[in-house]
Amino acid sequence: MATVGDVLRQNLPHILEESPSGSGELHVLAVDDSHVDRKVIERLLKISSCKATVVDSGTRALQYLGLDGEKNSVAFDSVKVNLIMTDYSMPGMTGYELLKRIKESSIFREIPVVIMSSENILTRIDSCLEEGAEDFLLKPVKLADVKRLKDCIMRGEGRESREGRSQKKRRSDDYSPSLSTPFSSMSHPCDPSSPSLPSKKSRL
Amino acid sequence: MERGQPRRQVAAMKQSLFDQGYLDEQFIQLEELSDDANPNFVEEIVILYYRDSSRLVSSIEQTLERSPLDFNKLESLLHQFKGSSSSIGAKKVKAECTLLGEYCRAGNAEGCTRSFQQLKKEYSVLRKKLEAYFQLARQAGPAESACRPK
Repeated sequence: MATVGDVLRQNLPHILEESPSGSGELHVLAVDDSHVDRKVIERLLKISSCKATVVDSGTRALQYLGLDGEKNSVAFDSVKVNLIMTDYSMPGMTGYELLKRIKESSIFREIPVVIMSSENILTRIDSCLEEGAEDFLLKPVKLADVKRLKDCIMRGEGRESREGRSQKKRRSDDYSPSLSTPFSSMSHPCDPSSPSLPSKKSRL
Repeated sequence: MERGQPRRQVAAMKQSLFDQGYLDEQFIQLEELSDDANPNFVEEIVILYYRDSSRLVSSIEQTLERSPLDFNKLESLLHQFKGSSSSIGAKKVKAECTLLGEYCRAGNAEGCTRSFQQLKKEYSVLRKKLEAYFQLARQAGPAESACRPK
């Protein structure tokens, strides 16, 4: 016999049940080598009622997730992250390399990864999206960007949840080298922000 | 009643910083992240910026002093410096970074050195202006800085 509580819990977006604090907060892992930018993104996330874990490198991000090769045990499941936001240009491991490592991981590949960059370079944007990035944000990141992302993820409208993109290599279990076309045919769900474009809502 | 005077002065000072192109929209974005619990957020960020970027300025200086000039290293340092400057809304500093970047990409060592002198000047001027602004804002009371819309 289902209780009222059971019914309510079933109807909550699944993302809330995965939050480690149990309070329904989105847990965001932010990665940036700039101290100033880390402080700003942390503030943006806190104001948006997200739990923020902020690290200064891709290596530390992988350590935090347990993907650094030290702890590969399947039992290591205490880290629950709902979104990863990473700077693109970082010394050592770039945000792009971090993105690839995350998408290669069977445990973490479903976590949306957003790339942040001060440079609006189309080929860069395309390769990040090709590699499975959820979105590409132009720096400096604004509160509106974070709120839009949060709404998008809370509604479960991440790219993973959309049908009809069987072309994407990350969806196939058999890894094959990407024959990426010069022009990406996909439209972006949470469009990359750009100074020349008006602010966008995520696609429903 | 002179109570409103300091706040008007703060507002006027801020307006002038925008009118003269020292600051851009990003500064306002940062102000909106202040609240009662964190009333000095922007000042904290600016202090952090000057502390962090002073290291970058020194590194850029050293790189410019070496011969032959390592343009790749210069570009990398400049990218970081420009990024932070952009994050606090330092409009003129950011513009000088862009100019320096152009000389760097063109492989023009002398142009880089000249451009960097200008960059340092803007960087210094902004620091003084922001120090004066935050000091006045603190004297005027917390109402001036906490303006995040609900």
